[in-house]
Amino acid sequence: MRKVLLALTASAAMLVATGAMAQDKTKACFIYVGPIGDFGWSYQHHQGALEMQEKLGGEDKVEIAYLESVPEGADAERAIERFARSGCDIVFTTSFGYMDATNKVAGKFADVKFEHATGFKREHPNVATYNSKFHEGRYVQGVIAASLSKKGVAGYIASFPIPEVVMGINAFVLGAQSVNPDFKVKVVWANTWFDPGKEADAAKVLIDQGVDIVTQHTDSTAPMQVAAERGIKAFGQASDMIKFGPETQLTSIIDDWGPYYIERVKAVMDGTWEQHDVWHGMAEGHVVMAPYTNMPDEVKKAAEDTEAKIKSGAFDPFTGPIMKQDGSEWLKEGEVAEEGVLLGMNFYVKGVDDKLPQ
Amino acid sequence: MRIELVRRSQQSVLFSALSPFIAFGLMVVAGAVIFLVLGKNPVTGLHAYFVQPLTEIWSLHELAIKAAPLILIAVGLSVCFLSNNWNIGAEGQFTIGAITGAALPLYFPDMHNVAVLPLMLVFGAAGGALYAAIPALLKARFNTNEILTSLMLVYVAQLILDWLVRGPWRDPAAMSFPQAPAFHSWAVIPELLPASGRANWGIVFALVAAFAVWFMLARTLKGFEVKVVGQSPRAGAFGGFSTARTIVFAFLVSGALAGLAGITEVSGAIGRLQPQISPGYGFAAIIVAFLGRLNPLGIVAAGLVLALSYLGGEAAQIEIGVTDKTVRAFQGMLLFFVLACDTLIHYRIRLVRPVPAASAEPLSTEAAHGHR
Repeated sequence: MRKVLLALTASAAMLVATGAMAQDKTKACFIYVGPIGDFGWSYQHHQGALEMQEKLGGEDKVEIAYLESVPEGADAERAIERFARSGCDIVFTTSFGYMDATNKVAGKFADVKFEHATGFKREHPNVATYNSKFHEGRYVQGVIAASLSKKGVAGYIASFPIPEVVMGINAFVLGAQSVNPDFKVKVVWANTWFDPGKEADAAKVLIDQGVDIVTQHTDSTAPMQVAAERGIKAFGQASDMIKFGPETQLTSIIDDWGPYYIERVKAVMDGTWEQHDVWHGMAEGHVVMAPYTNMPDEVKKAAEDTEAKIKSGAFDPFTGPIMKQDGSEWLKEGEVAEEGVLLGMNFYVKGVDDKLPQ
Repeated sequence: MRIELVRRSQQSVLFSALSPFIAFGLMVVAGAVIFLVLGKNPVTGLHAYFVQPLTEIWSLHELAIKAAPLILIAVGLSVCFLSNNWNIGAEGQFTIGAITGAALPLYFPDMHNVAVLPLMLVFGAAGGALYAAIPALLKARFNTNEILTSLMLVYVAQLILDWLVRGPWRDPAAMSFPQAPAFHSWAVIPELLPASGRANWGIVFALVAAFAVWFMLARTLKGFEVKVVGQSPRAGAFGGFSTARTIVFAFLVSGALAGLAGITEVSGAIGRLQPQISPGYGFAAIIVAFLGRLNPLGIVAAGLVLALSYLGGEAAQIEIGVTDKTVRAFQGMLLFFVLACDTLIHYRIRLVRPVPAASAEPLSTEAAHGHR
């Protein structure tokens, strides 16, 4: 019996080996939480995927497949498993809600590499996690907002009260306060990543409350368009939204996933892929600022200087002294926040005109 | 030339039974046309859509997972719809069922024994039923519009879930991310055949519920009462049936099954409470209920077909590279063709030649009233 088993295993191994040799294309697969046409989060991931395919030799070398608008429930596991079974060598799952499903499927398919964006669980050696320091860009936005705002109040359309979003609000406020210590930020929670109607409503509410600059941590272009209609300035999100507000957009934080996808798929091709957890920002080119537009030269200069300081590593947006919202001290003079604290951030800094939903 | 619908005096029994199949056939033809227009091979496309998901064992498991909540909810809805109660809030009852069922392992995390799971299921069903009782009582007592109340309670339920997983029930180990702790192994619905896939007992619950409700509707006095009150409350009253009691009964059954589907989904397929637990099962189940012609056994078939359209949609996205919008269009077409076939069973089309405006006016209002 044992011999038969052995023979079977051996022949199966042979089959797998010849299969691998016959395969000259690498298949990279992507799961998106929104539509690829959202001009935000999912759009940028897909742009990164396309750039990766082009840079690594085009369709002859890399095959890409994707599923868009995959809900973050029981469907995610099926979608990921389908990819694992359909010959994908590496699967990128690009939303936090896919965390459990990614790890579960990874446990069943040891030969497939899995990369989960924005999560923290790596239960198997074939799961890596990756994220970007978007808050670095938010700090620069804060500097611009405070330099331009006449009223000293900006509006912030937030998605969900998770650490990444809270971190972004805080970085924006800190950037603004570096110019105007009394600067305030009003927050509206849209409770969605992508819903043009809700996002537009949120922008209208904020503008009606008297803010004269709007920024967003949701993915549609609706807030930009509302700001353009009302004649105020706004920041884009995830992609360069300049064509939705040619006279409105000040800059935009561009999520550039291309370099990361190139690096990781290449590692799979070379057989050097290893598990890791990365959190890269401006320095690595994962967070890019869209051209500074619709602002005076001195503001543009201030923004560029801030960007350069962060990029070179000379300055971290979360450098003390920083007070929490309740006035207690969080960071002492010159103290830099630990990454662990930032990644679990659930409190506001001073100057946020909102109560954090708990 | 104008088109009018005129009620048929007799409906064809044969075509009533055939109509879902005709609708499905029309959808396949229309689907082939869409694939052609998109420049894809319609045979490959339709194969990926309707055949491929059925050719692999793991995929059949996934079909069962996807169909189970749809069938459970739709079976309950059939009781509501037959009794002329328009429960549009099954999504909310599903959510509340998930919450009340999950409360047990979250509040008693050390309770590790065989009683946990059955109790969770009971709590889930009870939670869904109680939540459905709100629009039921409002309708029975104050004659409020149950379509509005049940629909609005969906958003309330989703916000309650959202608040719970961000606040009181948040997993302390989740780095401030919104999710409840994972269920321990006693609180997870077992898989049916773990060797070949992850389908759990949910599909069995769905089949049992479908059979039980079919029996109730077809063979018991209660079922007769539901249908009579639904068709004519006045006739029901002469027969001694209380409209108010029927409203409450229908909503309780429907809510309980939706709640059971909710706890089954989070315990079996997801493994924890999180902000998003349903891709709109409560609403999709309305389609399933009508696709199944409000017959619980028909609903089993309809649930499987709709689940197949989700799975096939994914397969088609990967195999031939169409977008998920195509998937939605397919589902929309299916419902459209079913309703169209249905309409043509009850009504026939009459072409009216233009006549002087004065005499045409009363005719058209009459026809409009004739349409229910």
